[in-house]
Amino acid sequence: MIVRACIVALLLPTLAVSAEPARGAAPHWAYQPLDVKAPADVGRSDQSRNPIDRFVLSRLVRSSIEPAPSADRATLIRRVTLDLTGLLPEPTEVARFLADRRPGAWDRVVGRLLASPHYGEHFAREWMDLTHYADSDGYLTDQLRPVAWRYRQWLVEQLNADTPFDVLTTRQLAGDLIPRATLQDRLGTGFLRQTLSNREGGADPEEFRVKQIIDRTEMVAATWLGLTVGCARCHDHKYDQVSQREFFGLYAFLNTADEVNLYAPLPGQSQPYETALADYDRKRDELLEPIAAELAVLQARWEARLLEAGARPGRDFRWDRRWEVLGLIWGGQLGEGQLEGWEIVKRDVHLRNRDEQDRLLLYFLSHGNLIDPAKFQSMKLGELRDKLAALRSNVPWPTRAAVMREATIPRQAFIHLRGDFRVRGESVDAVPPAVLPPLSGPGDRNRLALARWLVSANHPMTSRVAVNRMWQHFFGTGLVRSADDFGVRGELPSHPRLLDWLAAEFRDRGWSIKRMHRLIVTSATYRQSSVVRPQLETRDPANRLLARQLSKRASAEVIRDMALQVSGLLSRRVGGPSVRPPQPESVTSEAYGNSWKSSTGPDRYRRAVYTFIQRTTPFAQGKTFDAPSPGKICTQRERSNTPLQALTLLNDPVFFECAQSLAARMLEQGPADDVGRFRWLMLRCVSREADAAELDRLALYLASQRQRFTRGEAAESAGRVAGVAASEVAPDEAAAWVVVASVFMNLHEFITRD
Amino acid sequence: MPVDLPDFSDTPDTLSRSLDRRLFLQQTACGLGTVALGNLMSRDGLGAERRHPLAGRAPHHAPRARNVIFIFMAGAPSQLDLFDPKPAMQKLHGQAVPESFLDGLEDPLIKGSAQVYASPRTFRHYGESGTEYSDYVTHLGGVADHACMVRSVYTDVANHHPAQLIMNCGTNQWGHPSMGSWVSWGLGNAADNMPGFVVLLSNSGHGVDGGASLWSNGFLPSIYRGTTFRSSGDPILHLNSPEGMTRGVQAGRLAAVADLNRLRLSRTGDREIAARMANYELAYRMQSAGPELLDFSGESQATHTLYGLDAEKTRWFGTNCLLARRMVERGVRFVQLYHSTWDDHSNLNANLKTNCDMTDLPAAGLITDLAQRGLLEDTLVVWGGEFGRTPMHEVRRSPAKGSEGRDHHRFAFSMLFYGGGIRGGTVIGKTDELGYHPAEDAIHAHDLQATMLDCLGFDHELLTYRHQGRDFRLTDVGGTVVEKMLA
Repeated sequence: MIVRACIVALLLPTLAVSAEPARGAAPHWAYQPLDVKAPADVGRSDQSRNPIDRFVLSRLVRSSIEPAPSADRATLIRRVTLDLTGLLPEPTEVARFLADRRPGAWDRVVGRLLASPHYGEHFAREWMDLTHYADSDGYLTDQLRPVAWRYRQWLVEQLNADTPFDVLTTRQLAGDLIPRATLQDRLGTGFLRQTLSNREGGADPEEFRVKQIIDRTEMVAATWLGLTVGCARCHDHKYDQVSQREFFGLYAFLNTADEVNLYAPLPGQSQPYETALADYDRKRDELLEPIAAELAVLQARWEARLLEAGARPGRDFRWDRRWEVLGLIWGGQLGEGQLEGWEIVKRDVHLRNRDEQDRLLLYFLSHGNLIDPAKFQSMKLGELRDKLAALRSNVPWPTRAAVMREATIPRQAFIHLRGDFRVRGESVDAVPPAVLPPLSGPGDRNRLALARWLVSANHPMTSRVAVNRMWQHFFGTGLVRSADDFGVRGELPSHPRLLDWLAAEFRDRGWSIKRMHRLIVTSATYRQSSVVRPQLETRDPANRLLARQLSKRASAEVIRDMALQVSGLLSRRVGGPSVRPPQPESVTSEAYGNSWKSSTGPDRYRRAVYTFIQRTTPFAQGKTFDAPSPGKICTQRERSNTPLQALTLLNDPVFFECAQSLAARMLEQGPADDVGRFRWLMLRCVSREADAAELDRLALYLASQRQRFTRGEAAESAGRVAGVAASEVAPDEAAAWVVVASVFMNLHEFITRD
Repeated sequence: MPVDLPDFSDTPDTLSRSLDRRLFLQQTACGLGTVALGNLMSRDGLGAERRHPLAGRAPHHAPRARNVIFIFMAGAPSQLDLFDPKPAMQKLHGQAVPESFLDGLEDPLIKGSAQVYASPRTFRHYGESGTEYSDYVTHLGGVADHACMVRSVYTDVANHHPAQLIMNCGTNQWGHPSMGSWVSWGLGNAADNMPGFVVLLSNSGHGVDGGASLWSNGFLPSIYRGTTFRSSGDPILHLNSPEGMTRGVQAGRLAAVADLNRLRLSRTGDREIAARMANYELAYRMQSAGPELLDFSGESQATHTLYGLDAEKTRWFGTNCLLARRMVERGVRFVQLYHSTWDDHSNLNANLKTNCDMTDLPAAGLITDLAQRGLLEDTLVVWGGEFGRTPMHEVRRSPAKGSEGRDHHRFAFSMLFYGGGIRGGTVIGKTDELGYHPAEDAIHAHDLQATMLDCLGFDHELLTYRHQGRDFRLTDVGGTVVEKMLA
């Protein structure tokens, strides 16, 4: 059935083939156990480096199509360096690989790249796409989340350390529930903290809590199940095999998780903090001691009124409003859990820890005077607040991190009819969709159970979906093209046996991501040339048979990183808080109350993965090159091709600064002759030698620019065009080389991985 | 595939000649059909494009409008103080809202004992149609006979951003295409030197709440994303060449890039290179067309006055209105203007006056100007926000005399429609005596979107895009064309 549908897909390549079930049809392929068979031996040892190739070749042989020859070594090292680290190979690395004729040269390159600290940075971005990472809340006020980066940092470290995928899964969904959870376990739940928070006055906190759980349910489904279940939250769909009830069954696993931030000291932070804390505790107690009893009574009255308003609204709108505000603004601009304030107030006083008590007290002193304005004045609580705040500001608090914890008070999940939080239908329990294996074994039906179920040996989806996204990374499209939809309306795999074999390799050999990456990039299939063969374009225009590699435009982040890299400006510092590289002010003034104070020094030139993401005004260059909207789960990047991209590469001051620096670097470090310099630039920008026609064209261009900047109409402005390059040679000569350098950085080939 | 030999000359003349040639080919091809265009483009080294992405789709029926100017009043202007007079409210002024209105309401913003706040505005009948407008919008009153006023619009949510998403993108989820993206995807782009969907922002105080999500291409290809023009610095991001770079240097740079790209194309056969080359050429044309578009010196004094360009208060919004007309003249399909300071929770009277003073004259001037030039016939103009405002004043702030404001209200509000296929001089829908709920012809945001697409020649149920295995459309799962609005 599947095989026949695939053949149809190949015969009718322009039609999207989906697998909508006919009445009485066989069960949907993706819900069946992996069907693992060793690949047939097709001989051809030269074209068959590992089992991947045998699967691909046997399919090509059946269609009488020859695979493409291997790409040349220069293309190969550029390809694999971009794919594994998101950076270009340095010319020395290219030269070393070209010269390395001993066996195992390719393996050595791959090994070096997999061990690079930049590997984790590159692949962290894929997880950030899945969870729509940002450094702000979203919605109207779009307040900052200054500690969001801790999740990114965690990702980079985990991926560099090759933490197995099953462990990554468990930590991200349920790190806090792992027995004897470590800080590293807990930090993983930052995955679930990337949902939007609405702090707009008038927003109903419960409505937006429900929206967050829905968003998390969709994230889990897209990331591990390859299912687009969003439609099911409103109503049942004709073809979907996940019903509305089942959607809320998944939702129920996540419904009892609450947002909380915790102290997550970075190296060196703990010692000074602990020292200062003792001092703070003493001074705080001294400050509060004289009025402690009276204050406790007053605060208790305030809490009682709030709780009453929360439980039975409509009696006094002033207290209704106070309750609502606590649920909206708690921890705003700090990226704290929005509903934590509610949770603390609901909890008995003796169940609150010291830190919670302190933060609630500060909130009470700032916002609580409605309970007794006269007393607030007579007890001088405003002054007390200022003194407490001053005391707190002397403590070197460790960096906090946004994580999840299980609610202390259980919360029943309901079906929300038409997806509306106000319309509660039947109650639902945590149950996986019926088309998938049941959740077995004793224990709670909580997030930990969900995570363990996802990575259990008999789960048919998780490993398939994960290796398919890997394939997509290395080949431009997945074996299942609809990477976010393995359901009955998704597309069928082009190579079902290969998919299942890869999935089993991944699952059965320790879930090592690096091992799978190595397996894929050491295949002959990966190493094929991407050059188009016209005769195949009509037979297989989408290259579903993998008779060649694919040329694909680099991502927004990689384009920026490459420009910084060739210009020598790139800061290679790994990790740390987000930075704000310069961008036009007209961009950041587009949304409410935003300000963008550009970073200074090396932070202007950090890798793009560290760029601060403000949801309402995403970084302009990223947006132009299809960085996903930071409100939306993204399993598959677009690769558009637009005039605005041309304008950015031609005219964006950041890119032009890169061209000036590249020229300056060339004048300083490169050869003295023109042709030598063209080759120097070529090697840096596109990792290969220039050919004769290109050298001719470049010589002609350089001559005309020298003329323009020396005696022509641009002579006056040569100094401005040359910029920093004028420190090496006369401004007219420098300007001519700057525009030559900028031509290299505008080539389609520069922003493309061939 | 045969590819032109590289053109080794490096002069701006050569480049512009080749641009003119392409322009000629594209224009010629309109009469020859897409296949011929493809052939010509292949011969021109542009590669065998499957289909020119900006060629548009065949309409489902004869279109009555070809362009849209959507004046989006973000923050939600108060319909009760501008378009929907409620004399009966005077009797109830200062009283609690009758319980019957609050039955079953769960709107989070209307809690407690809200008091009816009768509008202090005076209303007057305008034009032959006799439609009433308040004393804050006398200029819109002056073009009443062009307008179809809908007084019974409702939407699903009463928070700004989600409601703005519904009005702009048809759903309050992020990640769906905006109406401008749907329309430019459907209609294609008639401009050869401008993007097909342009967004103009007003600097009335703060930017629009929803930011870029309101002009997102969603899951449509990114060429359909709204391009934001700006009023300071580059009107289009990075439209100006780097500092010190003359037009000649820029043209030389483009020619060198084009030739090197062409060499690469001949070696790899990668179609994306051809598309890249075409986009560099459009970028270059935008660099020269942009300044011309922004240069208003050719506009008469009467036009300057009509749009309020001479007065400080109206200059900003008037500039955007005039830019919108000039873009429509140049073939831009969808122009969206945002003015974002209508969220009057307090000081309604003063704030509303400020915003009306900024926008009333230029918006009316735009309608008059389009009508004079015969452009209103095929240009659909829309005026409205994401929801309306309550008949009661705010309950959560102290209602000192003169500082009253109104809260968010999603159940009934007013919008204005003009031009392309719309029946002018009409009022559709009625609200109850408080303006709380529609009393007649309740019209959902999706109904308006269905109607607008109908004016453009599209059946909103057929204009679909397959994404994640489902056919999506602007109107989600709703929408009915409002026949009464159509001429």
